[in-house]
Amino acid sequence: MLTLKSVQAGYGRLPVLKGISLHVRAGEVVTLIGGNGAGKTTTLRTISGLLPPRKGTIEFAGQDLTRLPAERIVTLGLALVPEGRRVFRTLSVTANLELGAFHRRDKGAVRRDLEEIRQRFPILKERAHQAAGTLSGGEQQILAIGRALMARPRLLMLDEPSMGLAPRMATQVYNILAELKAAGTTILLVEQNARAALKVADRGYVLETGRIILDGAAADLREDPEVQRAYLGKGYQEVWE
Amino acid sequence: MAAYVLHLAILAGIYIILTVSINLIIGYAGQVSLGHAAFYGIGAYISALVSLHWHLPFPAAALAALLAAGLCGLALGLPTLRLKEDYLAIVTLGFGVIVDLVFLNLEVTGGPDGLPGIPAPSFLGLDFRPPWLYLILVVVIVILVLIAAYRLVDSYHGRALRAIRDHEITAQVMGINTPAYKIVVFTLAAALAGLAGSLYAHYITFINPETFGLHTSILILTMVVLGGMGSIAGSVLGAVILTILPEMLRQAHAYQELIYGGLLMLLLIWRPSGLLGRGKLSLKFLKREG
Repeated sequence: MLTLKSVQAGYGRLPVLKGISLHVRAGEVVTLIGGNGAGKTTTLRTISGLLPPRKGTIEFAGQDLTRLPAERIVTLGLALVPEGRRVFRTLSVTANLELGAFHRRDKGAVRRDLEEIRQRFPILKERAHQAAGTLSGGEQQILAIGRALMARPRLLMLDEPSMGLAPRMATQVYNILAELKAAGTTILLVEQNARAALKVADRGYVLETGRIILDGAAADLREDPEVQRAYLGKGYQEVWE
Repeated sequence: MAAYVLHLAILAGIYIILTVSINLIIGYAGQVSLGHAAFYGIGAYISALVSLHWHLPFPAAALAALLAAGLCGLALGLPTLRLKEDYLAIVTLGFGVIVDLVFLNLEVTGGPDGLPGIPAPSFLGLDFRPPWLYLILVVVIVILVLIAAYRLVDSYHGRALRAIRDHEITAQVMGINTPAYKIVVFTLAAALAGLAGSLYAHYITFINPETFGLHTSILILTMVVLGGMGSIAGSVLGAVILTILPEMLRQAHAYQELIYGGLLMLLLIWRPSGLLGRGKLSLKFLKREG
């Protein structure tokens, strides 16, 4: 569904992605894990059209995204839950959700989706008229996910959804992702929290300083000694003994 | 006394058009403009010139002012609004200075002497020379501007604007064509400032470059910040207060400036988001985004 072929991108003269190739098939949950500065967020920014790639191609459902502006890419069915949630702080919760469907013209369906999302995440109904900036971090993350779902995406991309959340809220966010997966949503998940990401994902890629150094089934990656050492926080001893 | 009150009311009305229009840029689209008085001046000069040279009636002159200022806004906005907001602050500041210099140095604008003898409006068989009639004209236009502004900010598009203010990149990811929105709003606000300039020129019947300099841009900005950014009612309130306040302080003339400045500071310490506003003045352009 989504295919990146040797994509290079960077800021100014600084190269960040040094040739990334990956793909996401329909119905799959794929995770991209890696440490700080590996290029995870840059990958999502490049796919979303916020950062033009220098080289390589990005294809989504048979369409070339390489030269499309961000506001066009979302209309093709790619929705992003940005890093740090980025809700529209001064707007109400409902306005935030409605903005997720900004590009859609099927007003009746948008209203039904809004109702459905409020049923699914009752907190968004409770806080409907509150300014989004007054919600807690976890609530904002749920709102950001709901807002992205309002676009009726064919592929949902999430950038570090558990970042900065209390463990209980992080668990709740991952439960939501598991539900979305069960409902057949195609997801590209970027995470530093490799343990949580590999639990929900079908497949994974490991990104290190702008290159993919490892990829495979999530279950295999969980067992990989290198991944365990670097990203799952197990010491050498535990892994090797 | 009554004539004096009428005079202040007319000026307040003109300032309301200026504050409401710049508030669309600052308070709704979240962009910084430091050159709004330039569009005000372009409207005033164009309106005066077409009346003096071509003897166009006031409605046509006001329309010309609106279009000319709007076109200048578009010409300035197209190349700059694609850039980040810090560039916009500097470019609009520079634009204001340049336009002021153009008024000061062109032959056709009368240089520093300005343009005297601008005709008072006379149309629909009415002569708008008496101040109370002029006030009615201003009030009608202010009401139309307010209705248009409220309809814009409460609409689907107004919500998109506020999304841009809250977080531009995320707004873009939602499918909002942020450059297009910013350019349209900037053009619209410039056009409205041009209309205000036309109302000013035909009321005072004399204009010179002094009225349209940087200090006026700052005054308009202060009115918006005082009233509250992102609030139309706040813009109205800010314009009215800052038109009347200096006049009321005239009795304490030795301390006028001191009290004026002190009151402003106290108000903004007490209510940093302005009297009716929700957002604070964004100085985002002073820091780099992480």
